[in-house]
Amino acid sequence: MNRILTSIAVLFAVVLNSAPARAQSGNQLRFCIGAEPKTFNPLLADDEPSETVRYLTGGVLMRLNRMTQQLEPELATAWKVSRSGNAISFTLRANVRFSDGTPFSAGDVAYTMQRLMDPALHSPTGDSFRSGEGKVVTQITGSNQITVTFPKPIVGLDKLFDQVAILSAKSQQKEMAVLGPYYVAENKAGSYLLLRRNPNYWKRDAAGRQLPYIDSVRLDIQQNRDMEMLRLARGEIDFINSLSAEYYDKLAAQGAKMAYDAGVSLDSEQMWFNQVPSSPLPAYKRAWFTSTSFRRAISESINREDIARVVYRGHARPAASWISPANKFWFNAKLQPHPFDQKSALQMLAHEGFRLQSGVLRDSGGHAVEFSVITNAGNKARERMATMMQQDLAGIGVRLNVVTLDFPSLIERIAHSFNYEACLLGLVNDDLDPNAQMNVWLSSAENHQWNPSQKTPATAWEAEIDTLMHSQASTFDAKKRKQAIDRVQEIVWQQEPFIYLVNKNALSAVSPNLHNAHPVALRPQVYWNIDELTLGSEVARNR
Amino acid sequence: MRRVRLLAILFLVSVAAACLMAEFIAPASYAQQFREVPNAAPTRQHLLGTDDLGRDRLSRLLYGMRVSLLLAPAAAALSSVLAAVIGGAAGFVGGWLETGVMAATDLFLSLPWLFLLITVRALLPLNVSPITSVVITFALLGCLGWAAAARVICADARTLCASDMVLLARASGSSGFRLLWRHIVPNLRPVLSAQFWISVPVFILTEANLGVLGLGVAEPLPSWGSLLRELESFSSVTAQPWQFVPLVLVIATVSCFHLAMQEQETWA
Repeated sequence: MNRILTSIAVLFAVVLNSAPARAQSGNQLRFCIGAEPKTFNPLLADDEPSETVRYLTGGVLMRLNRMTQQLEPELATAWKVSRSGNAISFTLRANVRFSDGTPFSAGDVAYTMQRLMDPALHSPTGDSFRSGEGKVVTQITGSNQITVTFPKPIVGLDKLFDQVAILSAKSQQKEMAVLGPYYVAENKAGSYLLLRRNPNYWKRDAAGRQLPYIDSVRLDIQQNRDMEMLRLARGEIDFINSLSAEYYDKLAAQGAKMAYDAGVSLDSEQMWFNQVPSSPLPAYKRAWFTSTSFRRAISESINREDIARVVYRGHARPAASWISPANKFWFNAKLQPHPFDQKSALQMLAHEGFRLQSGVLRDSGGHAVEFSVITNAGNKARERMATMMQQDLAGIGVRLNVVTLDFPSLIERIAHSFNYEACLLGLVNDDLDPNAQMNVWLSSAENHQWNPSQKTPATAWEAEIDTLMHSQASTFDAKKRKQAIDRVQEIVWQQEPFIYLVNKNALSAVSPNLHNAHPVALRPQVYWNIDELTLGSEVARNR
Repeated sequence: MRRVRLLAILFLVSVAAACLMAEFIAPASYAQQFREVPNAAPTRQHLLGTDDLGRDRLSRLLYGMRVSLLLAPAAAALSSVLAAVIGGAAGFVGGWLETGVMAATDLFLSLPWLFLLITVRALLPLNVSPITSVVITFALLGCLGWAAAARVICADARTLCASDMVLLARASGSSGFRLLWRHIVPNLRPVLSAQFWISVPVFILTEANLGVLGLGVAEPLPSWGSLLRELESFSSVTAQPWQFVPLVLVIATVSCFHLAMQEQETWA
């Protein structure tokens, strides 16, 4: 009898103990990431899953508000960039502790900066701060004051700190001790990652309640987008951060208000011709590709409106520039996408000696105009775009061959052998400051895709872009920088080394169970305000 | 059973006839994009609806089947000939040649096919027309698909060489090419025929697999592989069940090939 009573008591104890656990799991945010994070060291984060973990766990000195696109104070209550542009002084928030209880101080900021700039670490975040030869000097000027001095001026210096998660100099847990809203509690390799609320998180809401509202975040590793959609429909996850137009339409058609279109994003899709002098292309083809009129004619023969409407189901916008209209400050609003005008295209080509003969466009040497465009296999949107371009270009007598290649083969051709004619790819852009694209626009840059690593600029307009990009990088006058960047956009619009096709919209899906979500165009679209998100159960509890 | 085989052959003939007369049956060109009606449901103008780019699905199905049904047997014939030459010679000559050929066959069979095909496809010239690309794809399949069949043929040739019939032929003075041509090859024909019929559906499905990876036949030319790519998205398929038609036809055609092959084996 005693044994039976003991068993019942144990059972009760188990049930009572499990009750809070159930309540906790009920207040758990769940979403999918495409792969396992490669690192938990925020200074080494380079892949999307690692960046997600960094965003959710890392405490930063200031944060770029994804909605207003303005910097807001976080661990730094105030900051000032020096006139010379190579130093920044922070006033730090007092009485802040890491997730393991270690106090936060200016020493942690100094330690983080030293680690970040350590050449042996090869930090991708640190690369943005490398302005020139020399050491980064940190000077603690008070209990909550620190100045970081770089060897040379850095434009947009303050905004770069949005990516720098502060590490603890003293904690035994090293990078696992965090200052952000969550800490990594469990990592089941290949399956999921569990983040729990940081008990020492400094931020509180207007009513004085400690943030974040949600107790834990579970990141399920799921590569299959179809499965992700099914799980959202079943209520197993709370949002999908980035959605394809196809899935967006399906969700919208189901009637439930889950699909969100935050408008045009920073990402662009573009094609370019190979203009590398040493490429194994016949001379007549190189002459076509280096001709501005030829590139303009091809551009005007592509129906961007149709691409946006058919391929992206209306969730994209014809692109005009290398800066998206989502980038409110830097986009040159005077520029309009090139119109679809095949008549004008043929006139331009005629001036260059091309002629249309029985439906086939021929150059002055009698060569039929035919070229191939390569794109990465498996990307349906790009394959569809290329097929639409194929039909559009047939309208001016150009034969376009679409070739899909696996990604390594494609990179080999565009970056090493230069054995290709045209390429269609996209640019995923996270940075608002155009200075981040120096590695694309300088003629000497490796990512100057149409003709990389030039010793001297091959054309006058590339030389002008070089000058403008250097001049905007050496001034801190926002007006002057804007003028220079506007001019670069104009040159690119005129010369079309990249033929910009569309800017995709930022699409996401949010379950009705998730509250306070305001998806935006900048990454991370849905959980950028993670502190303020609440789940249905939490809303009910608050009432 | 005989009636089932007859029905299978009738089905194959009807499918082949429909494909060959695609120009007359198809309501539109397989490449024409009706951009105002992408992803349309079946209508009078588009009996199987339209695809993502507004292309008529029925037309693409007819032309796609033509591509696969013409070129898969061609590739199967190529691989069967290669298997006959390589396997037959190894089995007939025996000794070091057989050992060498069998070692090469083992090596060939142990290669990761899909990756090899992807690599070879990536090495090909870029500026080829869609028709050339499809011929290249199937030629590659034919050139790479001989190994398994060569093993079977080698074993069969070896058995034949040791048979009483060949012993008798040798005793009557027959040797070398004459022995091979008059006595071995005619007796290998049923095995070769069976290998050919097995290879046809295998190549159709391999091209479909390459198509699913986006590495099959170049746009805008359709093939069964490119048509089956539409089934990648489970949620869209459940909303548009008519997208299953190419899959149903692939299954039916491959099954009919197998039934026809069984008949060949019975004859053999």
